[in-house]
Amino acid sequence: MLTMLLSRLATAIPSIVGVVVVTFMLTRLLPGDPAAYFAGLAASPQAIAEVRTKLGLDKSLPEQFVAYVGDLLQGNLGNSLSTGQPVTFEIATRLPASAELTLVALLLAVAIAIPLGVLAAVKQGTWIDHLCRIVTTVGVSLPVFFTGLLFAYVFYYLLQWAPAPTGRLDIFLSPPTHITGFYLIDSALTGNAETFWAALRQLALPAISMAIFSLAPLARMTRGSMLAVLGSDFVRTARASGLAPRTVVFTYAFRNAVLPVITVLGMVFSFLLGANVLVETVFAWPGIGLYAVNALITSDYAPVQGFVLTMAVLYVTLNLAIDFVYGLVDPRVRLDS
Amino acid sequence: MTAVPTLAVDDLSVEFRTRSGVVKVLEHVGFRVDRGEKVALVGESGSGKSVTAFAVMGILDAAGRVTSGRVMFGGSDLLALSEHDLAEQRGRELSMIFQNPRTALNPIRRVGRQIADVLVRHGGATRNDAPRAAIEMLKKVRIPDPERRAEAYPFELSGGMCQRIMIAIALACRPALLIADEPTTGLDVTTQAVIMDLIGELAAESGMATIFITHDLALAAEYCDRIVVMHAGHVVEAAPARDLFSHPRHPYAAKLLAATPGETVALEHLASIPGGLPDLRRADLPPCRYAERCERRTDACAQPLPQRTVGDGHVVACWSPL
Amino acid sequence: MLPLLRHARYVLSGNLVTGLAFGLFALFLFAAILGPALAPYNPLQSNAAMALKPPSAAHWFGTDQLGRDIFSRVLVATRLDLTIAFASVVLAFFLGALSGVAAGYFGGWTDRVVGRLADTIMAFPLFVLAMGIVAALGNEVINIVIATAIINFPLYARVARAEANVRRDAGFVEAARLSGNGEGRVLLGHILPNIMPIMMVQMSLTMGYAILNAAGLSFIGLGVRPPAAEWGIMVAEGANFIQSGEWWIALFPGLALMLAVFCFNLLGDGLRDIIDPRMRT
Repeated sequence: MLTMLLSRLATAIPSIVGVVVVTFMLTRLLPGDPAAYFAGLAASPQAIAEVRTKLGLDKSLPEQFVAYVGDLLQGNLGNSLSTGQPVTFEIATRLPASAELTLVALLLAVAIAIPLGVLAAVKQGTWIDHLCRIVTTVGVSLPVFFTGLLFAYVFYYLLQWAPAPTGRLDIFLSPPTHITGFYLIDSALTGNAETFWAALRQLALPAISMAIFSLAPLARMTRGSMLAVLGSDFVRTARASGLAPRTVVFTYAFRNAVLPVITVLGMVFSFLLGANVLVETVFAWPGIGLYAVNALITSDYAPVQGFVLTMAVLYVTLNLAIDFVYGLVDPRVRLDS
Repeated sequence: MTAVPTLAVDDLSVEFRTRSGVVKVLEHVGFRVDRGEKVALVGESGSGKSVTAFAVMGILDAAGRVTSGRVMFGGSDLLALSEHDLAEQRGRELSMIFQNPRTALNPIRRVGRQIADVLVRHGGATRNDAPRAAIEMLKKVRIPDPERRAEAYPFELSGGMCQRIMIAIALACRPALLIADEPTTGLDVTTQAVIMDLIGELAAESGMATIFITHDLALAAEYCDRIVVMHAGHVVEAAPARDLFSHPRHPYAAKLLAATPGETVALEHLASIPGGLPDLRRADLPPCRYAERCERRTDACAQPLPQRTVGDGHVVACWSPL
Repeated sequence: MLPLLRHARYVLSGNLVTGLAFGLFALFLFAAILGPALAPYNPLQSNAAMALKPPSAAHWFGTDQLGRDIFSRVLVATRLDLTIAFASVVLAFFLGALSGVAAGYFGGWTDRVVGRLADTIMAFPLFVLAMGIVAALGNEVINIVIATAIINFPLYARVARAEANVRRDAGFVEAARLSGNGEGRVLLGHILPNIMPIMMVQMSLTMGYAILNAAGLSFIGLGVRPPAAEWGIMVAEGANFIQSGEWWIALFPGLALMLAVFCFNLLGDGLRDIIDPRMRT
């Protein structure tokens, strides 16, 4: 088990190196003078020169790279121009908001997509199969920011079922005591039902918008892999042994069919982390996506770079976790390593 | 031969619906298997041997449909049973093992549990003592170190081992009939013999009837009491193994025999059968589906197929038998 | 070619949805080519007196906060949106097909370099990487094209690599080599043409994603700048008015965007069924 964990970790190292090199290159590729860019639009020549020295832009590229990696190792992502705060701190405080939104969206997508895909495969050619086809084709075609806006219009403006699309919590409520940073969990832990309900209402529309977008690859893969497994030799054996239909479908077919679905989760996370930026923009959700977008508007480059790096590292870590879970579920992988 | 047979298949017809039309895979197939008897279903690939077995077991693909016939087993017609009642019988009264044992087992479930699943399902054991009973079964199919092997996954075992596991699953509830569909395909020659002997012994021990599905006439002759020859979805000849070998009556059976390497025929004299199986989607299929490949074809062959008894338990579906 | 056409007709006749997608595609193509000529109003002409008017006979899709006709803007935007997506797909195709074919054909270090490059790109959430690239290269439309091409590159490179790898030792390649063709000629003249059908499928499948990606970037203010008519930026402008109930500003460009993506996704699936029925899911 430990060797598997270590071998998986080893495969992530080249990815992390690649990510660091690319984010480094992104800042050095800035057209014109990167120092001017980092110093901001209204900076004087003096300020620019100061930034140049401070960032080490007067040194050679390899030296700059070493300095960059050194900063990263100390958790230093530079400072935001507009707030003056360290980017690392600002990202860390906003991360729980993004994580809560993304995870709820993922749970929602999985909770809908997997039963839908399984039913579509088991009842191939029936209405539920057609529904699955429609959902998967339409789902990937919906621009997530457009669905979000439509939801906000219908459920907030027209029906007034949902609260105003402005952040994580009604402005008249104070956030729950900080434990995990997840409002739902924190308010549940402190027994604050009112805050829990309010946070859930704020979360519903953005989470549903994201879930719809990421549902399609999950449902499509579940259906496809379930169909393949249902037609396989060992399911025929299970049926020939007279096992109950429930055992055949769940214990035998589904557990095998879920394996490729786990691998597709990587792609789903790529979708979700991207969609996160757009949805946070629509719903004024105070996470790292909105932070990056605001920084982009003010040409505040350090937060953007920090955001790209954080997202990439998160994504590599998630893929690592997916790989690891796959190894736990599939004995062929577990026992081979 | 006078007692009630274990299995009696009568007038069984099966169609498959495909994109390019309806395929009449089986037509009026009939044969019987007596208690403790070993019967071989023999024919080229595509002759309908496996489909016959799947229809008997009620595990045809969704595209397949039984259009006529009866499958009498244990006093009831399996084709008339509900899916629920049939599932009660499968694995308990009639079992099946397949070719390619390594893919026929659930790849992510320990083999001991796969045996236990069947035992628990058919009331052979409770959840608690099923693991012990599963190990007993592993002993019975002569798997060395059964306690440890019960914890193994199929990918950790050889093909021969996997086929023994399959046999253990199939025989766990002491069925009255075992259908073995090319049980030795994909195994090496020495393992083949071991597996066939094992099935034979276990069958003799419990008085179980066995159907072997194979394209290998020599294998059929060695292990079986009776042989049923199939061609393009028809039973063309059924006879005691000895009679069929000494005097095949159907032209196709004769050709098949001549194409089988054995003591009587040297390899260089092996015959090949001209032509291939007819396209079963055709609307103008002749009554005898072998007619177009047959050297002994006469005008009579345009009539519906006969069922001629030409010896004791020897039936041939041909107008001009040898 | 004839059997392929016959097969295409079979797939189309058996599949109403794919037929519908082809119809939609024709419509979008028509709008992209003739849009500016057909638009009833100047898409950039503001008219303060007519600001924020809901859909009417004069303004089918209503007007925006500057009084511009939304129907004209949606129509005219078709060309820009499709051009960005198409250009990025073509660029991704050239980058991916060439490097992928070379990687699959030569193997060795070429293969390792291309593989590592693709893996590094895939290590990022793709939209986030595209954001970073446009932010670094500058806020220009051409950079949206480049960023979208880069994030699609690994897909093309992998498909091309796998196909080239399979064909490397095929008979016709061997024959071309023996008849004195250089490696480069074999690659470009014999292997590349053979993987074109599957690459075409890949292109139509990624077209929808490219449109979405480009519109997403301009939605957050990257690339396309106002007052240009582009679906993503128009939805972004309309977003400010959703909470006050002016739904039409965001709805119509959003619908156009959605239909376009939908159309290309269906088209991609249909094309895949025609060219390679084995890939059907």
